[in-house]
Amino acid sequence: MKKVIANREIDVNEEGYLVEFNQWDREISECIAGECNIVMTEKHWEVIEYIHDKHHKEEPLSIRGIKKSGVINIKEFYSLFPGGPLKKATLIAGVPKPKSCI
Amino acid sequence: MSTKVKKMLFILSKATIENAYAAFVMANGARMEGIESEIFFTFFGLEAIQKKKLEHLHVATVGNPAMHMPTMLGGLPGVEALATKMMKKEMEKLDMPPIGEFIEILSDSGCKLWACKLAVDMFHLEREDLIDELDGILTIGDFYSRADQEGCQLLFI
Repeated sequence: MKKVIANREIDVNEEGYLVEFNQWDREISECIAGECNIVMTEKHWEVIEYIHDKHHKEEPLSIRGIKKSGVINIKEFYSLFPGGPLKKATLIAGVPKPKSCI
Repeated sequence: MSTKVKKMLFILSKATIENAYAAFVMANGARMEGIESEIFFTFFGLEAIQKKKLEHLHVATVGNPAMHMPTMLGGLPGVEALATKMMKKEMEKLDMPPIGEFIEILSDSGCKLWACKLAVDMFHLEREDLIDELDGILTIGDFYSRADQEGCQLLFI
């Protein structure tokens, strides 16, 4: 389905996750973050970069991986992306929602 | 979010590895969905939060029909240790953290961890025998009072 984000038509799934990563840019991120009541800071962008890196390497995301990432600790991660951090962070990063239970 | 569950309260009463992981995975999964979670460790569940014991939890090979192993065989020396070793290996493949690391993750994720006062007294445990991440020692009444909003669920494991 299509959704207008940052005045552009973007392909998203029923949960709002981007279907085509090449439609993603920082402006899209900021708009989606705004819908989640998140204001992007430098630290948020570092996390988004880490998620993109994992996505490109096709490595699964997990909360344990965040702990080992060296980018951010779990406490900060929960405070930067309140209400389900991996779900929110991947939504903002324009990558699919993680399928892992851990 | 469409779920009506706002808070999951777990009571862990057993110390077999599969029960501890069931509680931990569900409590962590709740936090990752933006749902509050807390675990109350009682009776043998306390083994999972005792510093000296938490890395030595075992799979139950006796009285566990899903092991597909004759009960007498499951009771032989070393069988439980072997089954535990095999299960830990499989869990490591799935990137499941060991118990101690899982407790750190839960605590950092905002999951509250409580010990049952009655069981702590019964097993003659002191505060320092228990993990540093513990949020406190509660009576069951105190724990019920943690179910303080709409959408709370209590689960006994």
